[in-house]
Parts: sequence; C-alpha cells; structure tokens
Amino acid sequence: MKKEGSVRRHRLHDTRDRRVFNGIGYCYITVLTLFCLIPFVLIVSGSLTSQESILANGYRLIPAEFSLEAYEFLFKAPGDMLRAYGVTIFVTAAGTAVSLFITSMAAYVLSCTTFRYRNVMSFFFYFTTVFGGGLVPWYIFNVKYLHFKNSLISLILPMMVNATYLLILKSYMKNIPESVIEAARLDGASDWQIYTLVAMPLCKAGLAAVGLFTALNYWNDWYDAMLFIDNSKLYPLQYYLNDILNKSQGMAAAAAQAGIPVAQIPAEPIKLAMTVVATGPILLLYPFLQKYFVKGVTIGAVKG
Amino acid sequence: MARFRKRQEQGPKGHVLLRDLRQNRTKWLMLLPAAIVVILMCYIPMGGIVLAFKEYNYRDGIFRSPSAGWSNFRYFFLSGKAWSVTRNTILYNVAFLSVNTFFQVTCAIFLSEINRKWFKRTTQSIMFFPYFISWVVVGAFVYNLFNYEFGSVNTLLRQIGLGEVDVYSNAKAWIPILIFASLFKNLGYGTVMYLASVINIDPMLYEAADLDGATMWQKIRYITLPGIRSTMVILILLSIGTIMKGDFQMFWQVTGNNPMTLGVTDVIDTYVTRSLMYLQEFGMTSAAGLYQSVISFVLILGANFAVKKIEPDYALF
Repeated sequence: MKKEGSVRRHRLHDTRDRRVFNGIGYCYITVLTLFCLIPFVLIVSGSLTSQESILANGYRLIPAEFSLEAYEFLFKAPGDMLRAYGVTIFVTAAGTAVSLFITSMAAYVLSCTTFRYRNVMSFFFYFTTVFGGGLVPWYIFNVKYLHFKNSLISLILPMMVNATYLLILKSYMKNIPESVIEAARLDGASDWQIYTLVAMPLCKAGLAAVGLFTALNYWNDWYDAMLFIDNSKLYPLQYYLNDILNKSQGMAAAAAQAGIPVAQIPAEPIKLAMTVVATGPILLLYPFLQKYFVKGVTIGAVKG
Repeated sequence: MARFRKRQEQGPKGHVLLRDLRQNRTKWLMLLPAAIVVILMCYIPMGGIVLAFKEYNYRDGIFRSPSAGWSNFRYFFLSGKAWSVTRNTILYNVAFLSVNTFFQVTCAIFLSEINRKWFKRTTQSIMFFPYFISWVVVGAFVYNLFNYEFGSVNTLLRQIGLGEVDVYSNAKAWIPILIFASLFKNLGYGTVMYLASVINIDPMLYEAADLDGATMWQKIRYITLPGIRSTMVILILLSIGTIMKGDFQMFWQVTGNNPMTLGVTDVIDTYVTRSLMYLQEFGMTSAAGLYQSVISFVLILGANFAVKKIEPDYALF
C-alpha cells in the first residue's frame, strides 16, 4: 500500500474549489467525530455527578455538581465487580490463546499446496459462515447434550473457531514464498517445525490482528452468558454491567454487599460509573493497539 | 515408479483419502482441533434442523420427540409474526446499509484530501473507537441520552424551553435511534476500509487531472468514486447476502427489549431469542430459525454469484 497518497498528490497551488472542498471536509469530519465522542463524555461526566444532582437536574454534558460517590460505592465492596473482571480476563486470555493456536495451525495446513484436500477442508470451514442450523438446535445441543449450562466453557467454545479469521490467516500464510517453505522441507523440517519455526514468525502481523479481534470478541461478549449462565458468580464483566443497568437485582446485590439500604445507593451515577469501569481497559489499550486493528480491517477489505 | 503412482491415483477414492491420512498424518492432526470445534458448534447442531418439524419435549430430546409435520411453520406464518419481523429485519438492514455506506464513503473521501496529520489521526481514532465497545455499553449510552426523567436529551430540551420526548412509549422514535446507533458503532470501521481503498488509487490519475484543469468535484466524480467502486459493490453485495440477519446484540441492548415498541423494533433474531428464553417455544422458534437460515443461504449464493460476475477476484467461493 502506498503511504499517505494525499500527501503525494499535494498540489503546487491551492485552487479555490479545493479550499472550499477542504473547508466542508473539516466541518463534516468534526461534526461526525463529535457525534462519536459526545456519548462517551456524557457517560464520564454523568458518572462524576451526585445522585441528587441527577435527580434534580438530569444528566448534563458538564456535571452540575461534581462528586465521586459512585466510584466510592463501587470500590467500597468491589467483590462482584472484581469477580466479573476475573471471569472476563480468564475467558479472554484462555479463549484467545487456544483459539489463535488451533486456528493458525489449521490455517497453515490449508495454505499448504502439497495438501491434497485443502480446498475441500477450506469449504468445510467456510460453509459454517453461510449456513447454520439456527439458534434453537444449537442451544439445545449445548445445554442438553454437552451440559454447558453454568460452565465457563460455554463462554469460550462458541467463539473458538471463526471461519472468517481462519481464512484471513490462511491468506497471510499463502503469502509466504513457496521457496522458503520448500527450503525448510529440504532441510528435513517436519510440518510441525515449519509451522512453528517458519510460518508463525512470518505471519506476526496477521496473528496480531486476528488475535486482537478474537480477544475483543471475548471481552465484549455477553450473549453466551445470557444464554448459558444463570449463576451470578460466573457472570462475565459485560453481563454483570447489563445486570446493573437493567435489573434491580444486580443493584440490590451490590447494595447488600456494601451494607447500604437499596434506597440510599446512588443508583444513577453507579450505572454510568460501572460502564466506565467496564470500558476502561479497552480505552487504555486502544492507542497502542489501534494500528493492528486498522491492519486487520484493511486486510479483510482486500480479501474477506 | 511412474506406473506405480498412476495405479495409486486410479484407485478408489476412499483409498486415496486413507493413504493421505497416513502420509500426511501431521497435517491432519494439526487440522483436527479446529475441525472438532466446528463439528461440535456448527455441524452437529445443523442436524437439529429436524426440530423445526417436531413437537419438542425435553425428555425425548431432539430426535425422539414426536413429529409435527409443517405445523410449526404454519403457526409461525399464521400468527402474523413472520411477516412483521421479516419486514423489520429487511427494512432496518436496508436503512443501515444505505446510511452507513453514505457516511463511511463521504468521510473517507474528505479524510483522504485533508493534509493535517494530527487532525486526520485524532478524528479517525475517535470515530473508530465505538467499534470496540460492547453493545451493553451502547445500551448504557441510550439510557443516558433518552431516559425520560434524567436523560441528557430531555435535560437539554427543558433547558431551552422545549417539551420533553418520551421515546419509551413512542415506538416510531426507535427507527432513527437504531439508525444512529448503527452509524455510531460502524462509521469508523467502514471509513478505515474505504480510506484504504481511496489511498490505493494511483496518484498519477490526479496529477493528470490537475494538468487538465479538473475541478475537485470532477476529480471525485471521475477518479475517486470509480476507484472505490469495486470495494463498494462488494461490501454492499455481501451485506445484501446477510439482509435477513438482524444484529441481535444491537436490537436487544439499544431498545432494552422494551415490550412497548416490539411492533417496530422486533427483528427475526430478537423474536427467536425471546421466544426461546421466555416462552420455551422450541418447535416454532426453530421453524423461524430455519426459515431465516434457508433464505439467508439463498441470498448469499445470489450475492456471491453477482460478485463473481462483476469482480471475479472478490467472489467468496
């Protein structure tokens, strides 16, 4: 890809219509950026407002009355929140590691031109993205036959192999020059050695992109928890947040743990503070990881 | 040697596979874990399609429950639900696709012409960020904005002396809210994708156009838009392939599964999940799921056929 095409085609003289065009461009982009930014600002400022102020004045862009009471409440008895964090971190770490390992291994095999059944097996994986049996048979199979109800594996296994990611990794591995693989084979390397010592190091960018997308999917998942997890001790972070936001039980449990009557807890700012706490890690890591995500998106755009 | 190989290849098909299993043992073993997961999570449940034709009860399981013929389908279609959820699913997806594509493409074109690097980088990062948060968090945003008593929108309306809006009892209000929510989440993602495709256009074309005295609008019209045409066509066609799939997480979290607005906000996926979770209506919901899967499958085949005609390189299979 050419770097920064727009810089290369910078004109010698700025024409008038170009200035008009760029003027509109700056306004347009600024408006859309604010559209994406303001909800975050509202949440953060709402979480920093006292309950009374919200009840009296509503949520505002800038807090009417600054207060940390929501965060104080959350961190006074953080038991449930920390456990939810723990569940999510475990699921994300274990899920991503295993997923990346078995997906890349399969991608390597499918990229081998010497593998006779590579097209058949590629189709075997690909077919799952175009046809499915639907939610109900899948749900019944998981609950009745695999006994996944209230087990953490029900949060890991469904997202373990994503055919799209598998095919993206396969196209990365296909880009490795045939001669490199051939040279390793002539040196007597086995498939396992070629995979670990040649293919993996040469596909670092692809592995990073796919790994990050997988981790993000695990981190943000609440759907599988909604289907399979009844035990609130096993709630992952996003589902715990969902509970705080939508159900009075979640809030009541949090109040009981902090030893405060339900009526007295700052329920409104707590909802927002919990949202901030659940999104915080992504926000902190985002600046460092953004470029890998961008790479992943553009690869997907070139060949899905 | 040559004759030996020839004889081996002419052997029965199963024989070749067995020989390959033995010869390429390592490769098959490396493929195995991923294949097992896919078999467990996708292929075995596919067998459960028969459920759509059964009167399911837990004790007898999927295969031993009594047969129900087409009655599950009849129930789903005669209840009137089939039509309303299908219409909602398709109309929302059409709206999302057109609104999102419009803003993503215009954003990418404007960004590609902007030379201030810090501006470009900052705005792109902010626009891309919503893609990384969960729909639960977006649900919290919607609550924060539209809650009747303390929502930011109503606070603002009160401050400037206008009446409040109550979106939770006004079903129609959710159409623009859902469209905005989808744009909020997907704007940056699509912009990044289209920007990559704009940057890939040969700069020589623009230089030549400059020499010919072309205006900005002409360059956009005759160079940029044709340059990203194939990306656009492909992305749009692929979205049409999934037009029968409602984004469950979005609809569920943004509307808060609010019973008041279901007529306008219920899509096939939310309908199926709700019937499964709250009504335990197994037979009819699997019929609805199968109906969705089959139509989706046909649409994807059609979309892929169209992509193949236009840009053979980008066809999925």
